[in-house]
Amino acid sequence: MVSTTHEGRQTPAAPIAPSTAPLAIELRGISKAFGPVQANKDICISVRKGTIHGIIGENGAGKSTLMSILYGFYKADSGTVLINGHEVQITDSQAAIAAGIGMVFQHFKLVENFSVLENVVLGAEDGGLLMPSLGKARKLLKQLSDEYELSVDPDALIEDLSVGHQQRVEILKALYRQADILILDEPTGVLTPAEADHLFRILEGLKAQGKTIILITHKLREIMNVTDSVSVMRRGEMTATVSTADTSPEQLAELMVGRKVLLEVDKTPATPGAPILEVEKLTVVDSHGVTRVKGVDLTVRAGEILGIAGVAGNGQTELLEVLGGYQNGTGVIRVNGQELDLTGKASDGQSRRARGIAHVPEDRHDEGLILNFAAWENIVFGYHHDPEYQKNAWIMDNAKIKKIAHEKMERFDTRPLNEKLEAKSFSGGNQQKIVLAREIERNPDLLLIGQPTRGVDIGAIEFIHQQIVALRDQGKAILLVSVELDEIMALSDRIAVMFDGNIMGERLPSETNEQELGMLMAGINNGADATLSEGA
Amino acid sequence: MQAMPKWADAVLIPLISILLAFFFSGLTILAIGKDPVVAIQTMVQGAFGSTNGLGYTLYYTTNFIFTGLAIAVAYHARLFNIGGEGQVMLGGLGVALVCLAIDWPHWTLALPAAMVGGAVFGAAWSFIPAYLQAKRGSHIVITTMMFNFIASAFVGYILLNYLKVPGSMSTESAGFSAGAHLPTFHEMLAPFGINFNKNAPANISFLIALLAAFGFWVLIWKTRLGYEIRSFGESESAAKYAGINPVRITVIAMMISGALCGLMAINNVMGEAERLIDNAPEGAGFIGIAVALMGRNHPVGIVLAALLFGFLYQGGAELTFWEAIPRELIIVIQGLVIMFTGALDNMVRAPLEKLFLTPRKNKKGA
Repeated sequence: MVSTTHEGRQTPAAPIAPSTAPLAIELRGISKAFGPVQANKDICISVRKGTIHGIIGENGAGKSTLMSILYGFYKADSGTVLINGHEVQITDSQAAIAAGIGMVFQHFKLVENFSVLENVVLGAEDGGLLMPSLGKARKLLKQLSDEYELSVDPDALIEDLSVGHQQRVEILKALYRQADILILDEPTGVLTPAEADHLFRILEGLKAQGKTIILITHKLREIMNVTDSVSVMRRGEMTATVSTADTSPEQLAELMVGRKVLLEVDKTPATPGAPILEVEKLTVVDSHGVTRVKGVDLTVRAGEILGIAGVAGNGQTELLEVLGGYQNGTGVIRVNGQELDLTGKASDGQSRRARGIAHVPEDRHDEGLILNFAAWENIVFGYHHDPEYQKNAWIMDNAKIKKIAHEKMERFDTRPLNEKLEAKSFSGGNQQKIVLAREIERNPDLLLIGQPTRGVDIGAIEFIHQQIVALRDQGKAILLVSVELDEIMALSDRIAVMFDGNIMGERLPSETNEQELGMLMAGINNGADATLSEGA
Repeated sequence: MQAMPKWADAVLIPLISILLAFFFSGLTILAIGKDPVVAIQTMVQGAFGSTNGLGYTLYYTTNFIFTGLAIAVAYHARLFNIGGEGQVMLGGLGVALVCLAIDWPHWTLALPAAMVGGAVFGAAWSFIPAYLQAKRGSHIVITTMMFNFIASAFVGYILLNYLKVPGSMSTESAGFSAGAHLPTFHEMLAPFGINFNKNAPANISFLIALLAAFGFWVLIWKTRLGYEIRSFGESESAAKYAGINPVRITVIAMMISGALCGLMAINNVMGEAERLIDNAPEGAGFIGIAVALMGRNHPVGIVLAALLFGFLYQGGAELTFWEAIPRELIIVIQGLVIMFTGALDNMVRAPLEKLFLTPRKNKKGA
């Protein structure tokens, strides 16, 4: 099997850690199509025992399909799988487990109100009685936690554990089933940087014990830090397999996208003006009675980007919802000096828009777009009351909206440039461009933007970042919420870190680093806050 | 994701489904020892073979257009209105009250007034479950269904205690005055020299139903309200984000639905019976669900589906009459049509989709 990089090197010749170790996994010519979509095309990978192999690629490149084939969720149309040199038929997940494969999914498969032990044993009980299995699991858990820093309280309920600990339970589950090959699908998406580092130490430990690990991710930094070798996927094909030591983030990005990509955002220092958004003592209690935002104060000035960093679920979503007008809160929010109504009816998005607040929501599938609507119908979504779009009091001017949609989509380089296509037929990046075109083209004073590049391919990320910076340079205020620390660091003029509904601290990007932000994201504030509230 | 061409989805799938339903109906008829070919001939002859039969078919069709549109409006907001039956009953009460209120001089005055009466009563009846759903989260399927029973009992009570002609044994109101008589097809077509059967109940309401179908199309796809209804139906969270008030849309969509059901009463109460009788809807509220489902919630589809069910109703009655096929079997046939066109949609769709996609496999990319 020959996989080549763009420079024409041959993989087997490249020095992969224990280059003499036998192959743990070998995939030969795996192909899989879903209807007309070729999700995997003639994929070949070989991973040596006792190494960490990364698989990197954009959304929809076929990574998850490939791993689902390896774990028996899908049946490949053609190709063979060899485990430890023997061909195996992986017909379902039981067969995968029997072959020594363990999988840690992006979305954990745990029973929330079961204990750690019960979850570990679930589906792998030794007999009709639970006690012997639980006893055995308890012993094993103790042993594993000593060996690999995998300590978890075996009697704790899953719902009481942090996300990082829940992930350890998933790993323990795989190890309990005697997995020799561990596949992790986007494992750091929900972790703080410190938790991610801890995870990588665990992986190193497992590797030292001879386990083979496959790490699926779209984060270049992780690939560079922990893997021994890396395969790049693009549009269902394996474009290259290289030894990590011989590559660079820039090269990997280029291999993923198929062209050169600017990883850094090109921007000049901000020139902040008058405060546009002022939030004082904002508290939000959600429908379950849980206080999600606990007295937050923040200010965003004209011509600056305030980035809100934090692990998902620490109140950022609720903050955006209140600002966007569809969640109630208490406290004071002023936009352009005028106070917003926070206590009125929950659905007040219309009046927010009238105040010059545009909102790119975190979840574009659930909120930002109606997937079954055509692009042109989506381009007025939320602004459909605007007189510009009406023929008369009742009838909308659909012909005009289509024309406007076409123009806006063209300016935002949306592909395909067909306003009649349903939103669901666009790729993630192009869907986001439709939302951005809608919100930015309205020329708002304040842009709320949540997870601007979640599920967006690298090529489109570049474009979206440029648009955000361009809007800032026009003197608009931008509140950016992202769980991607890289994105926060690259775009923000000021960074506020949210933890458990509080702002843990504010930092200037030039005066901080990922370690410090990571501590803040975990709720630890050592340093003094930068003096940020000075000025006009 | 790239699925079949639109015409296949809109025409081919229902057509194949209907043929399958008829095939299995044929087997059933065969099983009770009758000839399916004769049966289908009798049905077609009975439903379309004479202006009398056609008049009945179109009369039923009118009912089903109204209820089909009603269910479809609610469904565009993803509200499942099972209460069509009760809303038609209340509409009938509204129409009857208007018709009995004064001695109408001419139908051109009586009809608009009766339409308002039926629509308002139907809308009011659907308002209660809508409000309970929007404000209190009481599931609309349960409440509308229960409201059918309440409506039945309520209208029966009003009939017995207030509207029944004193001394009469039958639970029906007094007959409406001649001024509230709607032109039948016989009267409408006579000036053009067309001799339509005098006894057939089809009347001008059929045209009102077609107008309603056109109005439905404008409402759903051309107005801002329709846009909001569809947005809310597609995604409640997105609607909230856009500033669309869920309570408002739920209530409005359900009231339009109830009003359309109520309008049906101009056909059965005012046009046909010319008095309020007990259980006037005869299941039209439920057939509307099947009609909307089969018509893909689009007015053109709904009119065609209503025609099919009108044919089944009228042809089925003929079948009972001439072929001594028990009435229950007609219900079986109707059930088969509903099952194949509605519930088993994917059974036809999946293989058809494969058929359409296979030859293009290599041409189409992502």
